[in-house]
Amino acid sequence: MMNFDYVRPASVAEAIGAATEPGSVYLASGTNLLDLMKGGVSRPSRLVDVTRLPGLDRVERLADGSLRIGAMVRNADLAHDPDFAKAYPAVAEALLSGASGQLRNAATVGGNLLQRTRCAYFYDVASACNRRAPGAGCDARHGENRLHAVLGWSEGCIATHPSDFCVPLVALDAVVEIEGKRGRRELSLEALHRLPGDTPERETALEPGDLIVALRLPAEARSFAAHGRYIKLRERTSYAFAVVSAAASLRIEQGRIGEARLALGGVAAKPWRARAAERLLAGASLDAAVYREAARAALADAKPSGDNAFKIELAQRIVVRALTLAAAGTPALMPALPGSPFSSVSGTRA
Amino acid sequence: MNFSISLTINGVRRDVALDDPRVTLLDLLRERLDLTGTKKGCDRGQCGACTILVDGRRINSCLALALSHDGAEITTIEGLARGDQLHPVQAAFIAHDGFQCGFCTPGQIMSAVGLIQEGRAGGDPERVREGMSGNLCRCGAYAGITEAVLEAQDKMNVANQRRSA
Repeated sequence: MMNFDYVRPASVAEAIGAATEPGSVYLASGTNLLDLMKGGVSRPSRLVDVTRLPGLDRVERLADGSLRIGAMVRNADLAHDPDFAKAYPAVAEALLSGASGQLRNAATVGGNLLQRTRCAYFYDVASACNRRAPGAGCDARHGENRLHAVLGWSEGCIATHPSDFCVPLVALDAVVEIEGKRGRRELSLEALHRLPGDTPERETALEPGDLIVALRLPAEARSFAAHGRYIKLRERTSYAFAVVSAAASLRIEQGRIGEARLALGGVAAKPWRARAAERLLAGASLDAAVYREAARAALADAKPSGDNAFKIELAQRIVVRALTLAAAGTPALMPALPGSPFSSVSGTRA
Repeated sequence: MNFSISLTINGVRRDVALDDPRVTLLDLLRERLDLTGTKKGCDRGQCGACTILVDGRRINSCLALALSHDGAEITTIEGLARGDQLHPVQAAFIAHDGFQCGFCTPGQIMSAVGLIQEGRAGGDPERVREGMSGNLCRCGAYAGITEAVLEAQDKMNVANQRRSA
């Protein structure tokens, strides 16, 4: 690991000042950053520790019915907050389907939004990677790429975004609150992550010094509480990143779908909102044929970036499964294996 | 650059001067404080051998910068037993053959203590396995580990009920 300077600012303004210097990065819990630094993938010259900034560790309901989640709230604390899990079940399930108990205890909401791709070529500094070293080329494009993107990829980069948490969040229109050199601004989560295009090194819409201070779920996000699921297929049942995943949230009115929210994970460089599928589902009946049609629409633009054509079919099946399970209703108790389509004890306690 | 931090480790306050900001809690414990019970497996947050409790919560000490945890209360495997009396989780790992080579065991035990304190696994073996998935065991002692966690949890719950009665 390259040596670095360490600073622990006392205020958000001080943090922004310190992080605006070239080579500076913010340190939250460090579960992703320290790993990247140990591998020489990230080589910051200064860490700006934001874990103790005042006021960033609170979850609060605002007057307009929205929920504001401070960026330093820990993933485990949010997922296990009973009010949160009841109101936003797909988000809680996504959080609990990710990483391990130890990592969820440490990892923060803000850090999760900014975690980097798990593409093995990005991690291996001996490989060519446009995301890590612009212009170097992409060894994944003709390498081991069965887990890579099938939507929104470019010749320059076929990496996927690894977050589970972001998938239901983007479906529920989450908003990110950012403090920066020019003050406070807001951005939809959907606009935070960028597709690679010709500049895969520009992963987000953040500018130097920008600090995510909170995440907000609009009031309407609660209206899907009775029918929200996150379903994630992985190569082992727990503690693995998604091969493909889907967050489905439904508002059911008079036995039909009033409104649907759908997003996919593991398919693109950003959490993938499936708006065409949502439009098909709105007003439709609760019917397997409808779910299959929505799944086709969600993947209509997909194309393999390598040995991953199977993900296009698999993602459609996961969409159908997520919609079917969401329609059946949010389980009274979090499933024993959150997000798993193979949970043998579905929402019951032995 | 020199930094000094203060930690409470297994109930004892330790003031530590650090000449290097890169030191993780894991390396601090093992290399500078001679507490080698906490193991370094992958050093990348994948195996769980380095699990410790920080302010009562289980985390991977290999991915925790020591400087960032100034003031924290830390419990390691060395802090569980009371003299010769083993912690219920330690005793249960022995009773149920929850290990073979023993390398992952301190991490398994600290993770189990954390999991039981979190109080969400109940008596469901599947929830215990899911809760312990951040700890790998190359010997494959998982069946014994699950049994040990379930039994220790029962004993600790009974003990807690007696205490509060």
